[in-house]
Amino acid sequence: MLRKRVIPCLDVADGRVVKGVNFVDLVDEGDPVELAARYVDEGADELCFLDITASHEGRGTLLELVRRTAETLTVPFTVGGGVASVDDMRAVLRAGADKVTVNTAAVLRPRLLLDCAEAFGRQCVVLAIDAKARDDGTWEVYTHGGRRETGIDAVAWAATGAALGAGEILLTSMDRDGTKDGYDLELLRAVRAAVDVPVVASGGAGEPDHMVAALRDGGADAVLAASIFHRREHSVGEVKARLAEAGIPVRIPGRAA
Amino acid sequence: MTAVAVVDHGAGNLVSIAAALERAGADVRIVSDPDALADAAAVVLPGVGAVAAAMRGLRRTGMDAALAAWDGPLLGICVGLQVFFERSEEDGAVGLGLVAGTVERLSGRPLPHMGWNDVVHDGDPLFAGIPPGEPFYFVHSYAPVPDDAAVVAATTDHGGSFVSAVRAGRRVGVQFHPERSGWAGARLLENFLAEVEGAADAA
Repeated sequence: MLRKRVIPCLDVADGRVVKGVNFVDLVDEGDPVELAARYVDEGADELCFLDITASHEGRGTLLELVRRTAETLTVPFTVGGGVASVDDMRAVLRAGADKVTVNTAAVLRPRLLLDCAEAFGRQCVVLAIDAKARDDGTWEVYTHGGRRETGIDAVAWAATGAALGAGEILLTSMDRDGTKDGYDLELLRAVRAAVDVPVVASGGAGEPDHMVAALRDGGADAVLAASIFHRREHSVGEVKARLAEAGIPVRIPGRAA
Repeated sequence: MTAVAVVDHGAGNLVSIAAALERAGADVRIVSDPDALADAAAVVLPGVGAVAAAMRGLRRTGMDAALAAWDGPLLGICVGLQVFFERSEEDGAVGLGLVAGTVERLSGRPLPHMGWNDVVHDGDPLFAGIPPGEPFYFVHSYAPVPDDAAVVAATTDHGGSFVSAVRAGRRVGVQFHPERSGWAGARLLENFLAEVEGAADAA
């Protein structure tokens, strides 16, 4: 049976891991490659690096980080932030990433998803959606690192994105991000029902039971979290033990390499 | 050290497979020129995406004919395995035809089949030291359907059983990604290299 995945996320700025609340107030939380190695030892199924500066100057630094990570890591990893073209995606894949997220650029030009899927296969194209609840019970897509509203319905965009070529949806609730109040289960259920591709829950993880809820009640295929892992509030191993206890199929790496 | 040629056909991630083979003890050369196979003890054919794109890359350099003529140890990974077969349902692509059969879309959901899933093998030497049912990392929507059930070395379930490893003589292939499958993937690559070295000693 396909196991549910636990994915530590490393928000990266200028080669360091950072984390903020609601996308602002960034705090330095360590060296990305060091943290990545620790998470893999603890049983992480995948890793995710999001370059939240995504400046032109930071691009070389990011590719160098991807290359170093690819050479040492024994599980897959996704890289995102500032990917705006097929060439951008090619550079990140050639540096060794397994999957690449696109966000703002795909909203501005949805055809990018089609072009990337044609060039590299949809399995490495991840559509990242930053969604914020509206008063009427729907969710709106935000771009530019959560700074710009678009008027686009998040659930409809997920369906369009998957139809165009996204092989996975990374769904972040902006309302919950950094709050530790738990994932937005309603948002998850709505997107899960709208697409056939895997859905990764993001934003709001504060304790292992939040992950149980996202995977069991929200229908997510994977859960992504940052701060609870970086600050060692809970280890990946603890989370997976809790998931297994709740009857969710997870991979418990038992044997040393 | 065992000289392993990793075929570059233009698509995909060669950094991780090259690094994983090096960790397993191989002397890795990334090759796109068919003549470069002459110096290799074994060939690894990686691949992501679709059979059609991989085949375009292989034909461009004449590597398709070189691989068909190669009778040494060959390991196909993911789409690198799918191109062993005669054709794929995806875009009606024609493969290398090294093994009789087709490549068909999986019936399970979600699709792509992405993540760690149990590989139930039949004790093939490729899986020495790896318990049947150990999870490996997959990311694909299509899988091989060989004509001859005897070439099936392992199966996996995703809304129905599919073939996750194949052995046809010295041609072996896996639908999952050993280079991204933790200790078990590393062990599988070591097993492949041990087999290559054994074959070289016997020759």
